[in-house]
Amino acid sequence: MLKIENLHARVEEKEILKGINLEVNPGEVHAIMGPNGSGKSTLASVIAGREDFEVTKGTICFNGEDIEDLDPEERAHAGVFLSFQYPVEIPGVTVTNFIKAAINESRKAKGLDDMPANEMLSKIREKSGLLEIDRKFLSRSLNEGFSGGEKKRNEIFQMAMLEPKLAILDETDSGLDIDALRIVANGVNKLRSKENAIVVITHYQRLLDHIVPDHVHVLYNGKIVKSGTKELAFELEDKGYDWIKAENE
Amino acid sequence: MDLNEKLLSSFIAFEDKVNVNDEVHEIRTAALKRFEQQGFPTKKIEAWKYTSLQTLLKKDFSIFPSSKSVLEYPEVRQYFLHETETFKIVFVDGQYSSFLSETTHDGVDVCLFSAAIEKSKYKHVVDQYFNKITNQKDALSNLNTAFANEGAYIFIPKSKAPVKPIEIVHFATGTTPQILLQPRNLIVVEENAEVQIIERHQALGNVEAFTNSVTEIFAHKNARVDYYKFQNDSMKASIVDNTFIEQHDSSEVSVHTFSLGGALVRNNLNFYQRGSHINSIMKGVTLGSERQHIDHYTLVHHTQPDCESHQDYKGIYDGRSVGVFNGKIVVDKIAQKTNAFQQNNNLLISDTATVNTKPQLEIFADDVRCSHGCTIGQLDEDALFYLQSRGIPKKEAAALLMYAFANNVLESVRNAALSKRVKDMIAEKLGVKIGFDL
Repeated sequence: MLKIENLHARVEEKEILKGINLEVNPGEVHAIMGPNGSGKSTLASVIAGREDFEVTKGTICFNGEDIEDLDPEERAHAGVFLSFQYPVEIPGVTVTNFIKAAINESRKAKGLDDMPANEMLSKIREKSGLLEIDRKFLSRSLNEGFSGGEKKRNEIFQMAMLEPKLAILDETDSGLDIDALRIVANGVNKLRSKENAIVVITHYQRLLDHIVPDHVHVLYNGKIVKSGTKELAFELEDKGYDWIKAENE
Repeated sequence: MDLNEKLLSSFIAFEDKVNVNDEVHEIRTAALKRFEQQGFPTKKIEAWKYTSLQTLLKKDFSIFPSSKSVLEYPEVRQYFLHETETFKIVFVDGQYSSFLSETTHDGVDVCLFSAAIEKSKYKHVVDQYFNKITNQKDALSNLNTAFANEGAYIFIPKSKAPVKPIEIVHFATGTTPQILLQPRNLIVVEENAEVQIIERHQALGNVEAFTNSVTEIFAHKNARVDYYKFQNDSMKASIVDNTFIEQHDSSEVSVHTFSLGGALVRNNLNFYQRGSHINSIMKGVTLGSERQHIDHYTLVHHTQPDCESHQDYKGIYDGRSVGVFNGKIVVDKIAQKTNAFQQNNNLLISDTATVNTKPQLEIFADDVRCSHGCTIGQLDEDALFYLQSRGIPKKEAAALLMYAFANNVLESVRNAALSKRVKDMIAEKLGVKIGFDL
């Protein structure tokens, strides 16, 4: 599904990704761990198509197609979803209207008519129920005044509504208390299927107790320096990142 | 001959068309004299520092359109809010079009200024209100007064309200390629009365219309006036809108100005509070593009205690457009407990757009709440990426952010049909179709 080869990317003059190789297949869950500043969020943004980052070398293929020239919205239409580490507050646009716009723009890109209102409504009901989201929450301005937990839950709600093929969850666990973490993780698990894939980016192992990965990668200094199974996450939790740093100096 | 000379010399011709033996004409003559001394404003005048009329004044405007043009309703349907659910006072090239209008005298008077100044029935109203609150130091208002003869006349007696909103629509047809229009509106809303008015100026085709309009609005005790200005004219048309509003005890007047079209747009909006517990509301959404120049000049004069004023102007400027906001608030010494709020927020979409924003507060009372804020920013790149990553294309995402930016003002439109029309006009200007109601 996702195949990244020798990916180099920079922002302004600073090279951040220095040769990433990663292959994600349908049905798989991959965790990408690593210390601060190792390039995790950059990798997520580059896959989603953020223009601030310039890909200088290497390729990103999604379902066999090189997506380098696609705009972020075209990648979204193809089935890429990024759950933001810091979701943006947009006063004046309600959660419901935003999600309607997102769904209908994707449908428009596929040559489909707008989703019928009743279908939209029942889908919103179903997915907000899954994430234990209060109805009142849906008529609030997008992310404005939301707590950290509400923002993250709202991200996963959008993921549930958009049903992406590949979901990248960037630090979705940060800012969540134990209960919120459980709700979010349950939501994500319910969305897992044989057809889609999830990449979880996190500092800590605790989210991985709930969303169990098939593969764990350690990103350090712009490169994946170690890959393994979920046991690698436990090892990192035990030892911290210093041994990774020491091995790679 | 420049426009100034041309106007002065056409006054004699104008006098052939109107009654020169009444008080109205005395007022006209005095106004002409003042204009003659003042001339058109230049950038040397503080109030016109950012806006120049020089390019406009070089054009050879026709002052009295020679032939009367006829418009069929289907040709201009799109410029009206509703076919039947509004009263309409419609002018084509400055002349009243009875065919397109729907006036009334049923409990309220919704008719013509020219009729009101001719008929003895309305004389006392005209004598009491005509040209009583215009700014005599303002050359363009004086010019309009000098030639005042046609426009809307709206009189809402005590405790009355028209059964539907009133549309005042001016068309310029292009029968005359360059035309100067000077409509004059007189609106009196008595105690406990209410009215909702929508005003629009529309140049059709390539006509270069220059409108210099004056509107006087009197809102008596407990009166309520909602005034909407749709400025979505062609890019060849220009307007200087001079609106003067006098308010009495516990009245509420709101003016919404939606400035989307027009080459040069200047709004002089003046509120004079003459009582207590008054609320004056000024809201605006401006979308500038290409080489448009859009200037809002507001004045609120708080002269009595316990009054409020609320100003909220949102400006979005693209292309090489220029925006100006000058908001003046005067609070007299006696006007304690005044609550005056002013907000002007601007987004610059292109590197070549410009905004000049200037709050001007003159506060002589010591127990008041006056707050003002102005911002100039750009579209938030993080927000754009966020929306795009959800599948919303960049152009639509930008439009969504602009709507969101202007939302406070859009939400304050009290009439649903109007609100939808405004949003549609904005979407059309931005070239997007957003798949839901905001």
